[in-house]
Amino acid sequence: MSLIHASAAQLLTQLESGEITSVELTKACLAQIDVADKQVGAFLKVMSESALEQAESVDTRRKKGEKLGRLAGVPVAIKDLLCTKGETTTCASKMLENFVPPYDATVIAKLKAADAVLIGKTNMDEFAMGGSTENSALGVTRNPWDLKCVPGGSSGGAAACLAASMAPLSIGTDTGGSIRQPASFCGVVGLKPTYGVVSRFGLIAFASSLDQIGPMARTAEDAAILLEAIAGYDPHDSTSANVKTPAYSQSVKQPLKGLRLGVVKEHFGDGLDSEVEQATREAINVYKSLGATVTDVSLPHSKYGIAVYYIIAPSEASSNLARFDGAHYGHRTNEAAMLEQLAQERAALEAAGDEVGLAKLDTSLVRMYRQSRAEGFGPEVKRRIMLGTYTLSAGYYDAYYLKALKVRRLIRQDYDAAFKDVDLVIGPTAPTPSFAAGTKTDDPLSMYLGDLYTVTANLAGIGGISIPCGFSKAGLPIGLQLQGPPLAEERLLQAAHMFQTATDWHQRRPELS
Amino acid sequence: MSLSQDDVKKVSLLSRLLLTEEELTTMTEQMSDIVGYVEQLNELDTTDVEPMAHAVEQFNVFAADERAPSLSRDEALANAPKRDDECFRVPAVLGE
Amino acid sequence: MSESLYEIVIGLEVHVQLATQTKLFCRCSTQYGAPPNTQTCPVCLAMPGSLPVMNRTAFQLGLKTACALNLQIPNFTKWDRKNYYYPDLPKGYQISQYDLPMSQDGFLLITDPKGQFEPRKVGIIRAHLEEDAGKSMHDEAAGKADSRIDLNRTGTPLLEIVSEPDMRSPLEAKAYLTELKLILEYLGVSDCNMQEGSLRVDANVNLHLQTPEGKVATPIVEIKNMNSFRAVERAIAFEAERQYEVWLETKQKIGDVAKQTRGWDDQAQVTRAQRYKEESSDYRYFPEPDLAPVTTTDEEIAAVKAELGELPRQIRDRLEAQYKIPAYDADVIVNQGQTTVNYYETLAKNSGDGKLASNWVQQEVLRVLKERSLEIDAFPISTERLAELVKAVAGKEIDGTRAKDVFAEMLDSGKSAPEVMKEMGIEKVDDSELENLCRELLEANPKVLADLKEGTHKAVGALIGQAKKKNPNIDPGTFRQMCIDMSAKM
Repeated sequence: MSLIHASAAQLLTQLESGEITSVELTKACLAQIDVADKQVGAFLKVMSESALEQAESVDTRRKKGEKLGRLAGVPVAIKDLLCTKGETTTCASKMLENFVPPYDATVIAKLKAADAVLIGKTNMDEFAMGGSTENSALGVTRNPWDLKCVPGGSSGGAAACLAASMAPLSIGTDTGGSIRQPASFCGVVGLKPTYGVVSRFGLIAFASSLDQIGPMARTAEDAAILLEAIAGYDPHDSTSANVKTPAYSQSVKQPLKGLRLGVVKEHFGDGLDSEVEQATREAINVYKSLGATVTDVSLPHSKYGIAVYYIIAPSEASSNLARFDGAHYGHRTNEAAMLEQLAQERAALEAAGDEVGLAKLDTSLVRMYRQSRAEGFGPEVKRRIMLGTYTLSAGYYDAYYLKALKVRRLIRQDYDAAFKDVDLVIGPTAPTPSFAAGTKTDDPLSMYLGDLYTVTANLAGIGGISIPCGFSKAGLPIGLQLQGPPLAEERLLQAAHMFQTATDWHQRRPELS
Repeated sequence: MSLSQDDVKKVSLLSRLLLTEEELTTMTEQMSDIVGYVEQLNELDTTDVEPMAHAVEQFNVFAADERAPSLSRDEALANAPKRDDECFRVPAVLGE
Repeated sequence: MSESLYEIVIGLEVHVQLATQTKLFCRCSTQYGAPPNTQTCPVCLAMPGSLPVMNRTAFQLGLKTACALNLQIPNFTKWDRKNYYYPDLPKGYQISQYDLPMSQDGFLLITDPKGQFEPRKVGIIRAHLEEDAGKSMHDEAAGKADSRIDLNRTGTPLLEIVSEPDMRSPLEAKAYLTELKLILEYLGVSDCNMQEGSLRVDANVNLHLQTPEGKVATPIVEIKNMNSFRAVERAIAFEAERQYEVWLETKQKIGDVAKQTRGWDDQAQVTRAQRYKEESSDYRYFPEPDLAPVTTTDEEIAAVKAELGELPRQIRDRLEAQYKIPAYDADVIVNQGQTTVNYYETLAKNSGDGKLASNWVQQEVLRVLKERSLEIDAFPISTERLAELVKAVAGKEIDGTRAKDVFAEMLDSGKSAPEVMKEMGIEKVDDSELENLCRELLEANPKVLADLKEGTHKAVGALIGQAKKKNPNIDPGTFRQMCIDMSAKM
């Protein structure tokens, strides 16, 4: 198997044995990026130079017999939402087009400590808000299986670069399904861990109580290897889980005996594509053939997931994104033009004798904020900031935000009840396979409904994984989702690996010309 | 419930966004749609339900009061859209 | 002038900077006076991706203060975001506490030993933790109207202490602040330096008036920018008069207009209206998702209370009882702070005369400290040495006037009281010597003797001067009494 198609597990073995060098591997990935990314557009930035330096350094140290980190020499792609010291970190937004963080996210620091090769920053929906990567202000990412289709989102670049064999490992983030849904659309593995398992320090926040970083890869085993490298308690993140990190890379290969799976009734309702349903049912049968017992479970409040999510996430986002105001970093409007415009507006109001208008006219500071933000943010980001500001504002807080927090509790309680009887719940990752670019951009609500099966895991704070389980007739990948109780990442990965020992969906590769 | 353009205008100021007339119209429609959708939560009686603000319940996470190095001033100001030797610069906070 | 026409109603909001080494949510230094933007990090700069972690010491200092202010400490408290845009607030929100503060429902007793107001129990609504903002400086020099932003102070821990509107005069407001500051200093939770902004006061003031239609309240005005307690006192007094005039003119009642904010102009000694922004009050508070709530057990609260030590009010009461000094004296000494109390107590014990020790501390020690701008721990005369002098005065070895000369010499020479007294030839005059002097002078002044015999005791005054010339060491009081007694027998 060529280097670019190999799994990280295989590559690590080959690197350790000296069969290949990190420079060879990194060059192979860079060469594939060179060819394939013109079509796919997974990367916002390819860090060729520093990647090769890191690879060389690993090779040199390996030759000297030094002890190396657990990802030594393996390229990893980074969603451009994680701060990388000295490298632009854009969130795919004009707002941060030129932003260079003075620090590394904890996950980046851990990857560096693990001697991983950081190969580039991947495209995404602006500030992780979206499900198709079409909300990127800085580039277009296409689905490697069908270039007319979207890669999913928001971690679209992270998923597409794996599918197109440009990197073996990739870091994504998931606030409502942003790892699992693109994994499903691109036919790769994506794990959203339990909230707190991976430090959020340095992850540019979208919705703080929902955001979680997770591993993306082509196999469950690789996802386990990557998770082991990035998980762990972080004193810089007050919401970090203070638990010992399990040896995911070891346990992943142990099959689960007597696995009890619960099929989520509510995830097979209206809106589910028939091909997706069929592939999911077949996947459930695979588990049965592997000895799992399968029962139906109900998550009665899951149908409210989207409504709860689209109150909580925008509310938190409206506050998290307040810092992007052109004052201390990020985009600031052309001040001279802004002041000129303001002067004209004032003159017009004065000429009209409009006292009320004059009193309401922005100060230059307020206008600087408003103009900078209007220019720096794309439509979806603005929409969510507006929505969140509205739901938190005086008179609406109780009706929307507080209500959503209460229903969030009910959603969590549904899961707690379900996990009394089953080890994991199972169902489709997304209601449909990928769709053609441009078909949903004018209808935000229909785009939001694509998160129906994934958001509840974020709201409940539990883990979920998407693994390839088939293809549509049109040749687009279909994803299977497993969700587990808090801190059941080992079980999720083991179950995913079991499935991959019995199927070969994950080994298929798109043909790019 | 549907929002008026005036509501949306007020929210745009609170959000420090500047919307064109066209954006205002689209935003009003879309926000009304979404707000209309989320109002399905009113079907549920949540009287005795504790709100859940955090994904995981944790308490008493503290750090010791021990100094760590700060950034240099140049690092702190490196991304500033406008600065001088010492400070960030912004249009007058007092207004005119 | 118009005191009888209205009652002033005052509530105070005090922001106290807590004495931590590092900021509330990051580990940057809180040292005052560093060059601009040299004490920042990704967290307090609000760099994207950074996260807050709560300073344990700040929380503990908050608990300590809350206990001292008789506040109730709930077992659960959490953090909230207060959202507003200002360039000295880089996150676009302040982390504060909204509906479940770390303490609420306490009180502070204020009294005035001079009796200018009745003792009062001022309610404290709440004390909660929050982070400070940075500093905006307006720069006219640049020709253009730019503001310069220094974020060193951003994230410094503050305790906001909000009183009930329980004070009724500028004097009471000042007494509340003085007592509060004293408590904070005794606890060591803040340096309370108003010049450096470690203690900031906002006052909410309105008037209650009796009208033919009944009692009316005028609109509440918040006063800011007061840089000393004296300024608070004056600003409130000014504001009361101003509001009364506004009332006469407009008859506006509370609720008729939005709450106004006015700034105190110390130069002009007036309050001025501050720019009013219509939407600024919608702070969109919501629970801070980046921070975990804090739980405190009853045992932990009890432990904090047990470690509080003596508070000013308790020390005043004890000094009064233990050293038999008037309330006024105890007040003066305690208000100087713990080190002065320690100085006084050692002096009182070593000299054996609490009242005399109190007089010496108040009249001499504090005067010198003030003249020389010294702190009590730098006072040149140790308590042991001063006690020797006080003892000599108590034992009538030396009169008060001469003792002050000895004191002055001790201060500058560093010598002990007996050394100085010896140099100055001061020694106690024994009784027989004094008797001889008495008899001698009475016999030499028959007119005085006659007056004394008639009971005109003030006549002895003429003899004291003569006696002092003959022997400067005589104690005038003792001499006087002896002359009177002797004259009766002559």
